[in-house]
Amino acid sequence: MLHVEVWRSADRGRFQPFAVPRRPNQTVLDVVTEIQRDHDPTLSYRFACRVGMCGSCAMVVNGRPRWTCRTRVVDAVTTDGKLRLEPLRNLTVVKDLAVDMVAFFDKWMRARGFFEPGAAIPEDFAVVRPESEERRAADEGIECIGCGICYSACDVVAWDEAYLGPAALNRAWTLVNDIRDGAQGERLDAVAGDSGCHACHTHMSCTTYCPKAIAPTYSIAGLKRAVVRRAVRRSR
Amino acid sequence: MRGRPHTQPGFIAALLHRLSGLALAVFVPFHFLALATVLNGADALDSFLSLAATPLVRLSETGLVAALALHMALGLRVLAIEFLGVREQTITAVSACIGVAVAFGVSFLLNAG
Amino acid sequence: MTALLFVVQRASAVVLALAVVVHLATIVYAVRGGLTAGEILERTQGNVAYLAFYGVFVVAVAVHAPIGLRNVLREWLGWKGRACDGALVLFAFVLFALGLRAVTALYLA
Repeated sequence: MLHVEVWRSADRGRFQPFAVPRRPNQTVLDVVTEIQRDHDPTLSYRFACRVGMCGSCAMVVNGRPRWTCRTRVVDAVTTDGKLRLEPLRNLTVVKDLAVDMVAFFDKWMRARGFFEPGAAIPEDFAVVRPESEERRAADEGIECIGCGICYSACDVVAWDEAYLGPAALNRAWTLVNDIRDGAQGERLDAVAGDSGCHACHTHMSCTTYCPKAIAPTYSIAGLKRAVVRRAVRRSR
Repeated sequence: MRGRPHTQPGFIAALLHRLSGLALAVFVPFHFLALATVLNGADALDSFLSLAATPLVRLSETGLVAALALHMALGLRVLAIEFLGVREQTITAVSACIGVAVAFGVSFLLNAG
Repeated sequence: MTALLFVVQRASAVVLALAVVVHLATIVYAVRGGLTAGEILERTQGNVAYLAFYGVFVVAVAVHAPIGLRNVLREWLGWKGRACDGALVLFAFVLFALGLRAVTALYLA
């Protein structure tokens, strides 16, 4: 028997206990779904693909932010059969286990985490060599699906509401390495500053928990170097 | 704190770096004041130094030496990650930094007697 | 911190890395068999190399510590803005003044 505590957000919020039988190959998503279907239909939670592609099911399982569809119960449960489910940290709770991702994506925009073609119309297709340094750097971070796990894990986000966060900065880094992009100066301005890349203190929680094995810490280090290089060049 | 992730080695590193930095920031002004007692003559500095010969002070000094070594070692780790693009086994790197700090602390203590 | 503060912080860190290694080695060596004012002054009095080295050390400390503190105050105490920055500039001056005073005192003693 699994002893599951699920965060319910009504009133001041509390953990509601459930007893769920163990089943073979059970994932935490299976557990939450069983609770919502058979025990308490008022429970709100998110999932979509259930096969580790969309990132919708991200939540905190026994203190660790992860995808519930890719977390087997045997890997997450404590020795005395306990599972504690909470919504992602650092984001406003909409209801129960579902959080509001708007702030997360707002920061994405603020970090200029979007491609900008620039004013000049290119004469021909851009040649981006796959083995080039920039392409390889971009490749390392390009697989991000915006699940919010790194953002939930980040202590600096918890300490500073304005901190752009690992996902937005990682995306900005992939674009800094996009040789076709026409807004590099503005992007580096956007990611520098008091709540930008310099606020990362290499705790590396983001890198530890990213289910896509992306290392935002090293992307952010790249941004730091890029900002310094630009500052040195401008001062000449 | 809701859903706080389990303490990671990177977090321990950052915490130790920060705490040692704070300790040093508090200590350094007093260090400057103590050294400047020599303005009242070498004897003034000597009498201050002899005060420092007590076990409690020796232990605090050892702690400060270790804190300085720790802050430097962890700082070098940060510089390596940020500017040399080093990718590390965090646990190993952080343990090595703590080892350096302990080494300096112990050699100070043994030499100071 | 801003890009400028970041550059200054990291640059002073590199300077301090070198200075601190020398300082730690000196401490561990010099403290053998006890340390007297006379022993210190023997090394520092009229020694221009000492003056230059520790002068640079003091300047590096005077910028590195306040910028580091700024992060801690922002993130752990939520202190931001001009008043906080003003206090940190003051702290930088205090470190600079006290540090140079101590270094020159040992040089001129």
